[in-house]
Amino acid sequence: MVAIALSITGVINRTRALLAGRKGIRFFQHIYNAHLLLRKGAVYSTTTTALFRIAPTVYLGSAMLALLFIPVANLEPMLSFHGDIILVAYLLALSRTAIILAAMDTGSSFEGMGAAREALYGALVEPALMMGMATLALFCGYSSFAEIFSTAQELNMNLTIVLLLVAYVFFIVMVIEAGRVPVDDPKTHLELTMIHEVMCLDYSGVDMGMIHIAGWFKNAIFATIAANAVAVAISFNWWFATPLAVLATGITIGFMESLRARNKLSRNITYILTIVAMAALVLLTGFLLIQNIEI
Amino acid sequence: MKLYHITNNREGAIALSDIPVVEYLDLYNDLKERMSDVRYHIGHYFATEIENGLRFFLILLDDLGSEVLVTSFIPDYYSEGLASLTAVHPQFHPFEREMHELYGIPFDSHPWLKPLRFSHDRRDKNSTMDSYPFYSIEGDELHEVNVGPIHAGIIEPGAFRFICDGEQVLHLEIALGYQHRGVEGEMVRTDNRLRQTLIAESIAGDTAIGHTTAYAEIIEKFSGVEISKELSLERMIALELERIAMHLADTGALATDIGFQLYQVACEALRTVTINSTQAWCGNRFGKSLIRPLGTNHPLTKAKAELIAKNIADVRCRYNELREDILESPTLLARFEQCGLVPKSEMERIGGVGQAARASGLLRDLRFTHPSGYYAEMTHRPIIKQEGDVMSRLATRLDEVIQSAEYVEKLLASFSPSKAMPLPNYNSDLKGEALAFSLVEGWRGEICHAAITNSEGRIVKYKVKDPSVHNWLGLAIAVRSEGISDFPINNKSFNLSYCGHDL
Repeated sequence: MVAIALSITGVINRTRALLAGRKGIRFFQHIYNAHLLLRKGAVYSTTTTALFRIAPTVYLGSAMLALLFIPVANLEPMLSFHGDIILVAYLLALSRTAIILAAMDTGSSFEGMGAAREALYGALVEPALMMGMATLALFCGYSSFAEIFSTAQELNMNLTIVLLLVAYVFFIVMVIEAGRVPVDDPKTHLELTMIHEVMCLDYSGVDMGMIHIAGWFKNAIFATIAANAVAVAISFNWWFATPLAVLATGITIGFMESLRARNKLSRNITYILTIVAMAALVLLTGFLLIQNIEI
Repeated sequence: MKLYHITNNREGAIALSDIPVVEYLDLYNDLKERMSDVRYHIGHYFATEIENGLRFFLILLDDLGSEVLVTSFIPDYYSEGLASLTAVHPQFHPFEREMHELYGIPFDSHPWLKPLRFSHDRRDKNSTMDSYPFYSIEGDELHEVNVGPIHAGIIEPGAFRFICDGEQVLHLEIALGYQHRGVEGEMVRTDNRLRQTLIAESIAGDTAIGHTTAYAEIIEKFSGVEISKELSLERMIALELERIAMHLADTGALATDIGFQLYQVACEALRTVTINSTQAWCGNRFGKSLIRPLGTNHPLTKAKAELIAKNIADVRCRYNELREDILESPTLLARFEQCGLVPKSEMERIGGVGQAARASGLLRDLRFTHPSGYYAEMTHRPIIKQEGDVMSRLATRLDEVIQSAEYVEKLLASFSPSKAMPLPNYNSDLKGEALAFSLVEGWRGEICHAAITNSEGRIVKYKVKDPSVHNWLGLAIAVRSEGISDFPINNKSFNLSYCGHDL
């Protein structure tokens, strides 16, 4: 799991570099950078309060905790209980709340705009996340990730297509959550167009490092869920799901960031709602299929 | 009574005594009518100190007749103020603001006489950047976003104050002046013309060739020398190379801002080839040291001409592929089309120039309307787009690169090096008591320099106008009612100069 988290950014960077005709930075450069940040102190703006200092810890903590619930194909997760999919969803929401509050705390107009955008997109994307999870839960009648994926492999192959669609929904949710093109552009230097990056403008040193690491973990959570859904349909083994999660997401994002433009910010809402609609359709299709099977 | 001295961009310097001194009221009434016609736009408008007072000079361009109208007036020392032309024709606004800032001239009913660039020799030293009168709107729903003056990246400083309703921009105000270096003062402080040339090269780093050409033309006009056809051919090639390089850079910058990596790196690669060709010619990638008054230190040789022609042919070929790709890219078109609209009527009112004006359907291209040098020998067809959005500002660039590259290739194909290319002359005698102006179409648009000599033939007044002076207001208009996150692409689509404005 941690390996997935650490590798995805490397694959994205390498894909982008190759498509740009460059050699690219070291594969683990982002880890060196984060390591460097973690060794540094932090500078705090005089307008901020304790809230601002706590936020990175909450952000990283909830992302790490959520990570513990996610299985990688047939590898059991560290923690698991009934209903943990709800907990994961709310842990992710908690991390978002923490960073939004911290951004508001700085009193900067940029960060306020970023926070407003993040809150809007977060609220819009949540139904997609929940419906994706609901589809999985529906198939298996369980509400914990470990149970879902261990029973899912015995399912009828009719459901394969639905599982692939669930994987797609989770992939797009990841793109939105991670702030990659076309929703956000992590490489941009333009504060006015940023969403996620602008909220971290006032962070430095160890706090910045924690935010980066939490970002990788969040990526990994979604990438793994998506890969699990695909793995269930094809080959339910960790040695299949892990590289799939890393390579498929990394290369796809790398390609998207090289070969297309960002959305106009106002279009993002349509983009996210499309995914929500798709998740709803997937849920409905899944429900109908299940009914047929039982009859 | 004769209101104007009529000349054109190819005539030499004008004796000050030939320029009529008119009554301001007559001029005001005439301009009120005349400037409503789109064929006229303002070239330059400035005041200069004379014994006990100021003499105002106005240079008007008649685009249809290819004529330049020059006039002047001397108001009473304690006159109660001049009726503002900005109130009728907004294109006068930077000029009246500048004169108000420098000399405290009250322009009656001017909509807003705020400072232009906080020059060192401004009249009211209490007026500082910190007391800039930003426009503000009261309201619970609105919020202000201030960007700058320190740029987060590497470009120049300028303060942008947005008034937004949520994500939508209601108003953008641009406060400049942070880059003021006193260029115009430095130009007259020294008599060393090599030094003046170097200052001209530094007016705006991205338009080194354009501004130096304008300076060289001023000196040549004062000297009463018409440069050879070979020399003006080389200058034209230099100007077109600068245009190609900067348009390429801007295409790449626009791609960067929408996160489109592929076009960005492609343009960066092509731009490097172009500026390296300039470097192969004169030793500097931005063409510094290439343009000198009355001659050149770097005459084109056969080998250099072949190298440039080969590189530019290559750039044109590869850029053309890119261009076709861009025009068919749905995600890019979705961002750029219908974004940052500046309709033709607005462009006319603010006196927009250059490539941005052409993107709004306004024919403002000195190469066509007021050709000088080698441009007078050929027929240039300006590239005009109608929509006035970010896409058409990009599309004019796409087409102009191809066009300029074709000019360069064509001229270099039939090029034979001239044996007797003159060396620069920094000591020619200048005509005394005269005014000279030069109009050069730089890559960004119309560059106008004007200078006045005293009876000893010494330059005592030097005025510079970069096209950005006109077009900054265009940017402010373009982003109105757009999303604030679309400001960066609008800004890049204009790509205006801070130092060219601030001087």
